[in-house]
Amino acid sequence: MFKIFEPNKIFQITSKAPKYILFLFVIVLTVGLTEALILSPEDYKQSDAVRIMYVHVPSAWISLGIFSSITFLSISGFIFKNKNFFLIAKSLAPSGFVFNIIALVTGAIWGKPTWGTWWAWDARITSMLILALFFAMYLIAWRIYEKEERVFKITTFITIVGIINVPITKYSVDWWNTLHQPASINILAKSSIHSSMLFPLLLMTAAFALFSLLIFLMKYNTELIKIKNKGLDRL
Amino acid sequence: MINELLFMNGYAVYVLSAFGFTLLSFLGLYVITKLQFVKEQSKFVAKFGSLNPKKANSAKTQKINKEILANALNN
Repeated sequence: MFKIFEPNKIFQITSKAPKYILFLFVIVLTVGLTEALILSPEDYKQSDAVRIMYVHVPSAWISLGIFSSITFLSISGFIFKNKNFFLIAKSLAPSGFVFNIIALVTGAIWGKPTWGTWWAWDARITSMLILALFFAMYLIAWRIYEKEERVFKITTFITIVGIINVPITKYSVDWWNTLHQPASINILAKSSIHSSMLFPLLLMTAAFALFSLLIFLMKYNTELIKIKNKGLDRL
Repeated sequence: MINELLFMNGYAVYVLSAFGFTLLSFLGLYVITKLQFVKEQSKFVAKFGSLNPKKANSAKTQKINKEILANALNN
C-alpha cells in the first residue's frame, strides 16, 4: 500500500529537492521580511512591537503542526508496520523543536514591552514549554536507544502522551483566563486581524514551512545514507 | 525609512532581537543538518571505496547507492 513511499524510490526526489526548496525559501523569506519589517502597518495599541508576531505566531503554528504529524506518523508506523513512517517522524523533529524554542523566546521578547514581563506561568506559555520538553524527550530517546523496536515503542509512547498537550495549548486561551491574547485567526469564522497584517503573517508562515521542509529533507536524506552505511558494513 | 526601521517607535531592540534570534536559529539548524549530511555522505563514499570489486558491484545493484555516489561526486 505504501510502496510509493519506499526510501529506495523517493531518494531520487528527496536528494535533489533541497536546493530548489532553499532557493524558494530565500525568495519567500526576503519578501516576507520586507512585508513584516517595513511595509506592514504598526498596531494602534502595540505600535511596532506587533511585528514580533510575524516570527512568533508562525513558529508556534509550525511546532504544533510538526508534533501532531510526528504523533500521526508514529502511530501509523505501528499500525502499518512501516519503518519509513518512523524515519519521517524522526526527520521532522529537529525543526519542530527549534520552532518551539523560537516561539518561546520570541514570545518572551514580545512579553516584555506588552505585558511588562519576560515570563509568566500562563496556561499558553506553560503548555508551549511542556511541548518543548516532549520534543526534547523524543529527540533524546532516538539518541539513547539503539534497538529499533525499543526506540519505536518509546518514541511513540512519548508522542501519544505529548499529543494530549496540543489541544490544551491551542484552547488554553479560551479555557482559562490568561495573559496571552486569544487567537486572532480562525479558519471557520471571520478573523479579527486586518488583511494588511494577515498577508505578511501568511507569507512568513509559508517561508517557515519551506524552511522546515528543507531541514526535513536534509535530515531524511542523512538518515537514509546512515542506513545504507550500515548496509555496506553487512556486505 | 532606515531611521524608522532602526527606531520603530522605541521597540526596535525587541523587534530586531526577535527576528535576529529566529534567523540565527535557522542558520544554526541549517549548518548542523548540512554538516551531519556531509559527514554521512563522506563516510558512505569512503566505505564504498574500500569494498572489493565483487562487493562493490553487488552494492551498485541498488539504485539508491548509485544515487548517493552520484550526488557525492556532484557536490
